Amino acid sequence: MNMWLKENLLIISTGAAIGVLALLLTAGGNPKNMGFCIACFERDIAGAVGLHRADAVQYIRPEIIGIVLGAMGAALIFRELRPQGGSSPLLRFLLGAFTMTGALVFLGCPLRMIIRLGSGDMNALLALAGFCAGIFVGVLFLRAGFNFGRSSPQSLSNSLILPAMVIILLVLLLAKPAFLFFSSRGPGSQHAFWLFSLCAGALVGFLGQRSRFCAAGGIRDTFLIGDTLLLRGLVAMLLAVLLGNIFFVQGGFHAGFAMQPVAHSSHLWNFSGMVVVGIAAVMLGGCPFRQLVLAGSGNTDSALTVLGMTVGAGIAHNFMLTAKPDSADAAGNLIAGGPGIYGQIFIFAAIIVLLLVGIANREK
Amino acid sequence: MIEIDCRGLSCPIPVLRTKKAVEKNPSEEFQIIVDTSVTKDNVKRFLTSRAYEVTEEKPLGDAVVILARRRK
Repeated sequence: MNMWLKENLLIISTGAAIGVLALLLTAGGNPKNMGFCIACFERDIAGAVGLHRADAVQYIRPEIIGIVLGAMGAALIFRELRPQGGSSPLLRFLLGAFTMTGALVFLGCPLRMIIRLGSGDMNALLALAGFCAGIFVGVLFLRAGFNFGRSSPQSLSNSLILPAMVIILLVLLLAKPAFLFFSSRGPGSQHAFWLFSLCAGALVGFLGQRSRFCAAGGIRDTFLIGDTLLLRGLVAMLLAVLLGNIFFVQGGFHAGFAMQPVAHSSHLWNFSGMVVVGIAAVMLGGCPFRQLVLAGSGNTDSALTVLGMTVGAGIAHNFMLTAKPDSADAAGNLIAGGPGIYGQIFIFAAIIVLLLVGIANREK
Repeated sequence: MIEIDCRGLSCPIPVLRTKKAVEKNPSEEFQIIVDTSVTKDNVKRFLTSRAYEVTEEKPLGDAVVILARRRK
């Protein structure tokens, strides 16, 4: 098969698979518009292992486990497992934590942003604008010579740590020891059957490793070099969710801003939360989904980013940085959600720090 | 022959370096060293889109050397 056709088929089928499986996972029990959300799922895992005590968002999400192991399987089969790392690890950890906090101010990672958009949640449009703006800023830094430095080959044992951790998480999910936390209410209590979630994650992890699907990469490459290959995956995902919602999910498409599922309608914060995610994703070389896939393929820098995101989720909830969804009072009046003052200050500070990181890491 | 060593650099920096080099010296031949298949695919796709042809690919330890020149 020629290269062009193969690349296009792979990226479009990965995007479509993520979209379709997201709808099926929600039909199977996942929270609304949360068939896949890398940030939400890592946050739930952080809660399950006790890194935060937000009792509505604690569950070991098998999708995350599946993505890492699926990507690892593909990397092994196609001989692409490369233990590699050591490119500004601590900065990557920090940016992972920033990414998580930005995502929790919007209430979703870039994948959930697309899923929300495909269900009519117009707040995701503001988020998409913020994400693109953040990526554009990141691209300006890249053009000015931004670089976290070269990575170098590592021993295989380094690459096995994150896959081993997710296997332990799977054992813990099934054994349910008393020291873990599992939500009995809220989004953390809503989930599809674990084996279905695990297999769905493994399938998109496998496809993601082969196609290099990345929510940030598609927009970045379009800005940077006019290459729309990865963007086609993102568009395929949006179309799969949109068409699936319109034709197969009863009440699946509901256009509007207020009272969307697990979402808030504070426009400024939907926008700026995703500005943080966009800038960080360009600096890190990929969106949260891509980081999981790279971590499964042996990249220890990405593994550290994933750990940074998970620890960041703990900090974000413990320090009250996350946004609250929209709600209604007893009379049915809208109470607009959004981040509190700490979250607002954090987002402002995170953007300043990201700009400083961008300036400080330009190659001469 | 201009050499671009992309070993250890994560995407999209190898493509960006290749882009800068070909824009600066369009008629030169290039030797680009890459060490992951993602980087190799991305650099080759970029070169093809800019009317360059990959004339040879040869291993160099764990890395791959891509030789490219402008299509005639």
